[in-house]
Amino acid sequence: MPSELAVEAEGLTKTYKEKVALDGVDLAVPGGTVHGLLGPNGAGKTTAVRILATLTIPDGGRASVAGHDVVSQSRQVRRSIGLTGQQTAVDDLMTARQNLTMFGRLFRLPKAQARRRAEELLELFSLEEAADRSPKRFSGGMRRRLDLAASMILAPQVLFLDEPTTGLDPAGRREVWEAVENLAAQGTTVLLTTHYLDEADKLCDRISVIDHGKNFVEDTPAGLKRRIGEERLEVVAADPAELNRLAELVRSVVGVEVSTDDSQARISVPVPDGVGALTSAAAEIRAQGLAIADIGLRRPTLDEAFLHLTGGSQAVGPQPSQPNTPKTLEETR
Amino acid sequence: MTQTTMPSFSGSRTSETAGSGLIWSLRDCWTIVLQEFTHLLRQPSTFAWQIGFPVVMVLMFVYVFGSAMDVTGQGAGEGYVDFAMPGMFAMTMALGFMDTAYAVTHNKEKGFMDRFRSMPMSGSAPVTGRAVADVIRAAIDLAVIAGVALLIGWRSGGSIGATLLAFLLLLWLRLALIFVGIFLGLSIKNTETAGSLFAVAFPLGFISAVFTPPEMMPGWLGAIAAWNPVSSTATAIRELFATPGIDYLEPAYWIDGHALAGAIIWPAVIMAIFLPLAVRQFKSLSR
Ligand SMILES: Nc1ncnc2c1ncn2[C@@H]1O[C@H](COP(=O)(O)OP(=O)(O)OP(=O)(O)O)[C@@H](O)[C@H]1O
Ligand SMILES: [Mg+2]
Repeated sequence: MPSELAVEAEGLTKTYKEKVALDGVDLAVPGGTVHGLLGPNGAGKTTAVRILATLTIPDGGRASVAGHDVVSQSRQVRRSIGLTGQQTAVDDLMTARQNLTMFGRLFRLPKAQARRRAEELLELFSLEEAADRSPKRFSGGMRRRLDLAASMILAPQVLFLDEPTTGLDPAGRREVWEAVENLAAQGTTVLLTTHYLDEADKLCDRISVIDHGKNFVEDTPAGLKRRIGEERLEVVAADPAELNRLAELVRSVVGVEVSTDDSQARISVPVPDGVGALTSAAAEIRAQGLAIADIGLRRPTLDEAFLHLTGGSQAVGPQPSQPNTPKTLEETR
Repeated sequence: MTQTTMPSFSGSRTSETAGSGLIWSLRDCWTIVLQEFTHLLRQPSTFAWQIGFPVVMVLMFVYVFGSAMDVTGQGAGEGYVDFAMPGMFAMTMALGFMDTAYAVTHNKEKGFMDRFRSMPMSGSAPVTGRAVADVIRAAIDLAVIAGVALLIGWRSGGSIGATLLAFLLLLWLRLALIFVGIFLGLSIKNTETAGSLFAVAFPLGFISAVFTPPEMMPGWLGAIAAWNPVSSTATAIRELFATPGIDYLEPAYWIDGHALAGAIIWPAVIMAIFLPLAVRQFKSLSR
């Protein structure tokens, strides 16, 4: 059903006591695509996912998933979705295999089929070796993968992932990314929330940015990056006294006006061709014999992006729990 | 990551129509019960600790405090085992609701409830499964404590039928309190707060006829203790076990003379109140 909408929401609102969590969110996710929901802490991402996964009833608006209304046809919706919540919901007192078999039974597979499905999923998520251990002793990435496997028992049409990689190390994140990419390749529609621009960039066909419970921007990853500003080259002088000389040098290399931050002896400049600018600047600095403490490419963090998108007028939500780290040369590749 | 193709389970999605709703609910309930027992089997030490508490209490009350108590009028320590054991049974049942509450809070906190609620399983299974598992669990607890009791010389003086009825009344009390536990577990924010349930549980367990006859307490406290549902069960099973010396003290409270009725009616009243409350709380999770 590639042309149909797998997830459709119109004007979703939700208020907790006095706190407005959603203030009219719209979503339209075509079947078979991966859609990212991006936004700072408290933006309303989890609330939106919970409504779509039938866990929370919205105050207003309507939503349908796989063609079924999330409120009036919640049973049909539940049969078509998988959910991996913000916390990993696996049973630490059972083995990985027992977990998957139990969930299979609760998805109402016959016993033998539940067992078979558990084996398949263990293999699919590379957990065979750990199958008889408790997830308590798993690495973060393995736990997440088991969690993903549990939400995949029925090969759902629509999969909701709420911050699937938060708290994982780079290797763990890559494992989860691969799993998500595999699923998407097989036609599962994925709606995932994240704080990480690079994650959304890598996995998503389209990204909706929400903030304060409202749709903010929706675009492709490339379009979004264009809107929020390019990569920046950052150079930190080893000796603050040399900052001006260094700034002059960087300006001559990239040919654009640079901004300097005296307190941190930092020079920052937008660069369309990040890697080219980085290598030529580094070479020139070395040739001139200037000392630097750091040099690197950096994408704007989500918070900076919000400031940029709103022209600095809109207050930015609280810091993400794990702010985007400045990207290294290798990661930007 | 291995590249395996995802098998399609479209067939199994429709197979659900095969059984009726009730059958599926029962199956889901049983799956949850099995989950609980998998926990028990995989964590025998936790089980041992949990059961250890009432066992230590039995030994402590019978040998430490019991030696100073004269509940039968035959002198300090005389017949206290017989008096205290039924109380111990009743108190284990009474305090069991904390385990229920803790487990429910834990499942809620760990996102387990959410996962269950996002699945096409029976909506009542997490609650009914919990209740069934906890009753079975309580029966195991009772069997272990009864074993210890037999070892230290406790005997039921009642007929087999009366003795069985006594244990059924104990489970009846436990069942009623399960719904209190589920209600509290759903109402509590996190497992840390669950620890403070002791503040509710201890008075419920101790301001009762469990270890001391209410007639021996100061008037107002005695009244509270006598009307405590746990007291009715404790007194009723003492009667059913034909505990020697129970008629040593004249019942000073009406309910004391009608313990058997109380042991049947109290849990029913508790359930009538807390079952709807628990259901309401469960539904309010989606608010
Ligand atoms: N159950 C609740 N009770 C009260 N307030 C809530 C509840 N759930 C969410 N909120 C509030 O609603 C707002 C949106 O929360 P939500 O969890 O949807 O944000 P989020 O985008 O997922 O944030 P994060 O990135 O931190 O996960 C927040 O201000 C939050 O405090
Ligand atoms: Mg969230």
